[in-house]
Amino acid sequence: MADGKRNSHILNIKFTKLFINGDFVDSISGKTFETIDPSTEEVIAKIAEGDKEDVDLAVKAARQAFDHGSWPRIPGCERGKIMNKFADLIDENLEELAALESIDAGKVFSFEINVDIPAISKDIRYFAGAADKIHGKTLKLSSEFQGYTLSEPVGVVGLITPWNFPSAMFVLKCAPALAAGCTMIVKPAEQAPLSALYLAHLAKQAGIPDGVLNVVTGFGHTAGSAIASHMDIDCVSLTGSTKVGRLVMQAASTSNLKTVSLELGGKSPLLIFDDADVDQAADLALLGSLANKGEICVCTSRVFVQEGIYDKLVEKLVDKAKTWIVGDPFDPSTRQGPQVDKKQYEQVLSYIDQGKKEGASLLFGGKPCGGKGYYIEPTIFENVTDDMVIAKEEIFGPVMCLMKFKTIEEAIGRANATAYGLAAGIVTNDLNIANKVSRSIRAGMIWINCYHYFDPGCPFGGYKMSGFGKDHGMESIEMYLRTKSVVTPIYNSPWL
Amino acid sequence: MAARRITSLLSPSYAPALLRSIGHCSGKSTSITRFSTAAALEEPITPPVNIEHTKLLINGQFVDAASGKTFPTLDPRTGLLIADVAEGDAEDINRAVSAARKAFDEGPWPRMTAYERSRILLRFADLVEKHAEEIAALEAWDNGKPYEQATGDEIPLFIRLFRYYAGWADKIHGLTIQADGPHQVQTLHEPIGVAGQIIPWNFPLLMFSWKIGPALACGNTVVLKTAEQTPLSALYVAKLFHEAGLPPGVLNIVSGYGPTAGAALCSHMDVDKLSFTGSTETGKIILELAARSNLKPVTLELGGKSPFIVCEDANVDEAVELAHAALFYNQGQCCCAGSRTFVHERVYDEFIEKAKARALKRVVGDPFQKGVEQGPQVDSEQFDKILKYIRSGIDSGATLETGGQRFGSNGYYIQPTVFSNVQDDMLIATDEIFGPVQTILKFKDINEVIRRSNASPYGLAAGVFTQNLDTANTLSRALKAGTVWVNCFDVFDAAIPFGGYKMSGHGREKGVYSLNNYLQVKAVVTRLKNPAWL
Repeated sequence: MADGKRNSHILNIKFTKLFINGDFVDSISGKTFETIDPSTEEVIAKIAEGDKEDVDLAVKAARQAFDHGSWPRIPGCERGKIMNKFADLIDENLEELAALESIDAGKVFSFEINVDIPAISKDIRYFAGAADKIHGKTLKLSSEFQGYTLSEPVGVVGLITPWNFPSAMFVLKCAPALAAGCTMIVKPAEQAPLSALYLAHLAKQAGIPDGVLNVVTGFGHTAGSAIASHMDIDCVSLTGSTKVGRLVMQAASTSNLKTVSLELGGKSPLLIFDDADVDQAADLALLGSLANKGEICVCTSRVFVQEGIYDKLVEKLVDKAKTWIVGDPFDPSTRQGPQVDKKQYEQVLSYIDQGKKEGASLLFGGKPCGGKGYYIEPTIFENVTDDMVIAKEEIFGPVMCLMKFKTIEEAIGRANATAYGLAAGIVTNDLNIANKVSRSIRAGMIWINCYHYFDPGCPFGGYKMSGFGKDHGMESIEMYLRTKSVVTPIYNSPWL
Repeated sequence: MAARRITSLLSPSYAPALLRSIGHCSGKSTSITRFSTAAALEEPITPPVNIEHTKLLINGQFVDAASGKTFPTLDPRTGLLIADVAEGDAEDINRAVSAARKAFDEGPWPRMTAYERSRILLRFADLVEKHAEEIAALEAWDNGKPYEQATGDEIPLFIRLFRYYAGWADKIHGLTIQADGPHQVQTLHEPIGVAGQIIPWNFPLLMFSWKIGPALACGNTVVLKTAEQTPLSALYVAKLFHEAGLPPGVLNIVSGYGPTAGAALCSHMDVDKLSFTGSTETGKIILELAARSNLKPVTLELGGKSPFIVCEDANVDEAVELAHAALFYNQGQCCCAGSRTFVHERVYDEFIEKAKARALKRVVGDPFQKGVEQGPQVDSEQFDKILKYIRSGIDSGATLETGGQRFGSNGYYIQPTVFSNVQDDMLIATDEIFGPVQTILKFKDINEVIRRSNASPYGLAAGVFTQNLDTANTLSRALKAGTVWVNCFDVFDAAIPFGGYKMSGHGREKGVYSLNNYLQVKAVVTRLKNPAWL
């Protein structure tokens, strides 16, 4: 492992406290929790542990900022200007943010530098440009009335983000909410809280007023739960597991019926058809299953392969998997870092065991690797059947399950036989197959001959138990807006 | 073609800025000459800018006209030369169109990601912000408008426009459409190609932004012909645009006259779209040239004779101030100027008194002098035309309340002029004067004012001044005009569409609506085999 490279990026961690009303503050209880570097299993920093009382303070600040502050009251173009500045600051601090992500979440540094962090400034710029494009409608009414709709910011929003893409998820939620004119409390995942605090600092520097963007680090059952059940939060948006999604929705319904947006788990199928280019198909299967160590809600954990191409594909997959380098996230040749924490690491290994026990054949990998840190080999199972646990549950690790199919109809039926509906991939050059399958799969995102392509203009979110509501795209702003209809009688109008 | 009569008018300004001035408009420096004292103007103030660019901009290079000819652009304060500018003609238009065509067909502009295009537009806006003072000085010098108006209203609006359209570049979405049968339908919104754009002299930079902003955000390339009265500022900002990363050939600028360069652009077989702001008379010629050549679609923003209606319940002081600004802003050289001030009979006398007093207080002088509200008209032709209309107003029996003559003895200054007792059939009530001449008409009831307001071939804008909700609603719907301002005027946010009914033009500029001017819609229909649903 490239220790020199790593050391040059070991940072002085600048922000470890809660960010409330524009200041970094200790938690009321004074408690802290440790955030761990999954590559070394060493403590990076002690982070203030927010709980209900801290959430209360943050909500109070956000409420004040919403009810009396400038943010919802300045023109959208002014919000956009400040957001563009925020994006510029992210670009200026690219390396530091990337390093935080790598240290805290085990993410590959070169990916963070080249893809992930540039994508978040792009996201912010997209929504900066959207802030002055929030339009209501004037309405054609059925009698002598004039009506129009106002799109008003919903108010104080609670945003609960996961640990797999800490910065990207932070921005995915905050940017449209900021554009809409909302104020917010973000609870980042306790496994990877560093980048959120860093981003909060940049937001302040960019000119986002105090109280508009608050960050409460802490645990789900305390801080997260306080957000979901808070009587003064108007909307909650979560990206996380289906299990937690259920809890958030329950808390929303038993508290103030706040609106809920959920982006949850998946068991997304990749369907490879006989006519596919084998090379491309193998690359997409590996990318889909192993990118970000399989810690992606849309990862292709079920790879359905048509029987005519199956053998060729398996051969290619194994060849290519051998070149998939697992190692220190700071090593430029690394494609896969460690799993985020011990719990995830053990859970993934237990799924691998389960797969073996259930009779799937281990084609590649399957073991932990490296002396320390939570590294797992890229793992490929074949002969997986639809009823096996590894074919049904979200593993959230670098584990691919290969399954063979004969006909399109069969592939569609099996691909849809899941409680989830987040995404799907199709590899084919046959236009009819591509069209038929894309309409038949019950999922919120279909990638044809590509995978993991996200774009700020492209709405993303699940069908079925993968959640509801959209992130990205102009649709995502809708979640943070309320429509008010204004109706008044009109007299002697020359037209209706 | 009547290039010298390209009398387009648009008057951007923030209403809040106008409203702010209500009630304390006379609080400016006392050393400034009010028009009624008619003191001789002192030596013109030297504008704080050097003239750097006077050539045509073709394919990213400043070049001489093919003919080598130049034309003078004059200082409206004195009628003296500012600079000689390369005079483009048909051959230069051909060169520019071919550069734009190449940039569109083979260049990076329509091919780069919308995100990259938006970054370039944003960088351009930043550069203009940085050079705002020099650009405003050029604008004021060439046009005669108050420097403070250029820096306070126009440059900020220009920057805002580009930032706004930068934000649209990556949000141009087509639709997927449910078909009647097993077909998949999607619409692709594609740039239309090479856009020919002709802009007027009254707001050279703002018109540049209204045209160039959406055209470039959509991925088109452009050949722009500026007005021969005011060619300087466009060349300056185009230089900055290239510094911001605009590829060569994407924006080409040909200075020159309407009958030569303008006509060549309109008849060009390789221009895919025309957009023009100017007089109705010229608009007709442009539409005809487009029809005779390659049937290119045309967006027209033309003349107006916009009513400004003061109802009986209006606060007269506020109405007077707003009506004054609606007409006199930019020396009255606004296409949407509130040039027919209809006042309800119950407040008429009071209104006349106060409108006259306000006009008398209007500060006329060197545009570079602080506190000046009104500079000279743009050129001698406009100057003469306005004075002719004033004489016609007097001859036809309207009451000249104040003004009516040139201001000073040098340059093209005209006294702020107010006519009362104006009748609908007088020339000053029917024609676009495009100068500082307010014409006030009396009305009795709302149906009458609706009928009289609409009795015009124009339909660009209207102002309504009332506190009564029903009156406001009735008038807003009944007036045939592209913009109705209620208790405000000249509010020109980037997002608000602007354009005319009737002979005030075709299409809308600004806002999301302007994107339509620069996009082709392609429907892609694919047969579906056994789809899961339609």
